[in-house]
Amino acid sequence: MFGTDRTEEQKLSPKVTDEGNMLRDITLGQYYPADSVIHKLDPRVKITGTFLYIISLFLVRDIWGYAVALAFLASMIFISKVPVSYMVRGLKGILFILLFTAAFNIFFTPGEVIWSFWKIHATREGLRIAIRMVIRLIFLVMGTSIMTLTTTPNQLTDGLEKVLRPLRHIGVPVHEVAMMMSIALSFIPILIEELDKIMKAQSARGADFESKKLSVRMKSMVPVLVPLFVSAFRRAGDLANAMEARCYHGGEGRTRMKPLRYVKRDLLAYLILLIYLALVILAGILF
Amino acid sequence: MSIIADHLSYIYSAGTAYEVKALNDVSFKIEDGEYVGLLGHTGSGKSTLVQVLDGLLKASEGTVYVDGEDIFDKDYPLKSLRSKVGIVFQYPEYQLFEADVFSDVCFGPANLGLERSEVELRAYEALKQVGLRDEAFYQSPFDLSGGEKRRVAIAGVLAMKPKVLILDEPTAGLDPAGRKWILELVARLRKENGMTIILVSHSMDDLAENAERLMVMDKGHIAMDGRPKEVFRYHKELFEMGLDIPEVVKVLYMLRENGVNVNTDAITVREAAEEIRKAIRPA
Ligand SMILES: Nc1ncnc2c1ncn2[C@@H]1O[C@H](COP(=O)(O)OP(=O)(O)OP(=O)(O)O)[C@@H](O)[C@H]1O
Ligand SMILES: [Mg+2]
Repeated sequence: MFGTDRTEEQKLSPKVTDEGNMLRDITLGQYYPADSVIHKLDPRVKITGTFLYIISLFLVRDIWGYAVALAFLASMIFISKVPVSYMVRGLKGILFILLFTAAFNIFFTPGEVIWSFWKIHATREGLRIAIRMVIRLIFLVMGTSIMTLTTTPNQLTDGLEKVLRPLRHIGVPVHEVAMMMSIALSFIPILIEELDKIMKAQSARGADFESKKLSVRMKSMVPVLVPLFVSAFRRAGDLANAMEARCYHGGEGRTRMKPLRYVKRDLLAYLILLIYLALVILAGILF
Repeated sequence: MSIIADHLSYIYSAGTAYEVKALNDVSFKIEDGEYVGLLGHTGSGKSTLVQVLDGLLKASEGTVYVDGEDIFDKDYPLKSLRSKVGIVFQYPEYQLFEADVFSDVCFGPANLGLERSEVELRAYEALKQVGLRDEAFYQSPFDLSGGEKRRVAIAGVLAMKPKVLILDEPTAGLDPAGRKWILELVARLRKENGMTIILVSHSMDDLAENAERLMVMDKGHIAMDGRPKEVFRYHKELFEMGLDIPEVVKVLYMLRENGVNVNTDAITVREAAEEIRKAIRPA
């Protein structure tokens, strides 16, 4: 009872770090716990679904197709019970790419000039392509975030391992890659927590992370990065020893504690996916 | 240097699914030169509280006054707080980073913007204070033993000459000799340098003999605040909070339950022995 540290489970749970912490915006692998059908789906369904959704975005040609894609996305967000603000947060990271894509298309597509300034011409065709690209990117990122927000990193790698399984036959070490991914993913929150602690300890010793001067800020990273690396190596060594001590020997003959099994709702989900795909293709043909 | 906590609350990850209310309306005043033990079950908010006191976390509500000044005021120079309130984190040895021990200890005072000679003098004094052997001064901190690393880390904070020293579980992971050494160092710092001490611990035994005031935290608020012997009277409540009382005090209460008329206010082993002698063989 006494002197017990936080349990491993708690340590591995993702944490959004404090205000003023630059790490706040990393949504990748940030699971949002909620009780929804989407959360309960087999990860394989979600991976395949996300993949098909991305492909469908590239099949879409006109406004009707986008309407179908939007309707699908909106209903998934609604069903997943994840607040929309979480989805939008993921978009902040690609804001620059969005702006760049838009500008590039608007100004460098030849066609009917609708606005010009000095040597730069915006064209109607460019504008159309730009809007299409931006919508696609937004849908793509939001679609992918639904998957990462409703699936724990561990489920995700389990699913990926299963989905990519056939690649074994052409010599891809699928199990090892999946294991590496799941370890890397579970280390992210641990390292973030560690980083947070070290930064606090060094600011208590007067380190200045908020200085306006870039040179001061760069220099202040040394007292943070050295201990962080030392601790990452120490943890990696500990983990390797722990795995070795429990006779880990790679994927050969290894069975799962919780094997993935399809249930009725997963099959239903596949069906809905197919209907969605059919609708998108139909929209392309009919209109 | 008095510290006043005025209705402090702190919420981690406010506005997200992982919201945790770690501090809930905490208020107290710590006077100059006091030795305060901060106790509480794991997750009760001790570490959060001391980080708010040192301005490392900004209180969600309420504020902290150090020497009568509001440290969360936007004009308050946090840098000057660093020379007033020093904090030794749990497992402080993981924050060492320099190529040699001496430079590492210089890091804090150098950040205060002192003269080079003053920085080195303070580093030397601090290393002497924690009793590190001279040969180790210019070794890499990573080559030292765990206990020595901790000494260096503590010296790194002492070199900033804080008036208030906060230690978060300084005895965690040490052997009995290491624990004893840390507790003696802290007692000495208080006596010789007149420092105010706030020592965080799970262990009643660590605090019973040294602290003159105990604050017990439970679920983010201060559940008890008083002198050790007063606090120990509430051993049933403490037990419900997942805490224990020192073994010697337990013995006294057991004797009492078994009909020996012994005074249960003793805290140290010596006092307890004396009380038991008095009860068994009245003078
Ligand atoms: N960085 C963080 N992000 C989110 N929640 C946190 C964070 N740090 C602590 N907490 C939570 O805040 C609460 C108080 O934690 P705190 O570390 O202050 O407890 P403690 O009393 O120091 O515990 P211990 O004795 O285990 O060190 C706990 O529920 C903890 O899980
Ligand atoms: Mg703590």
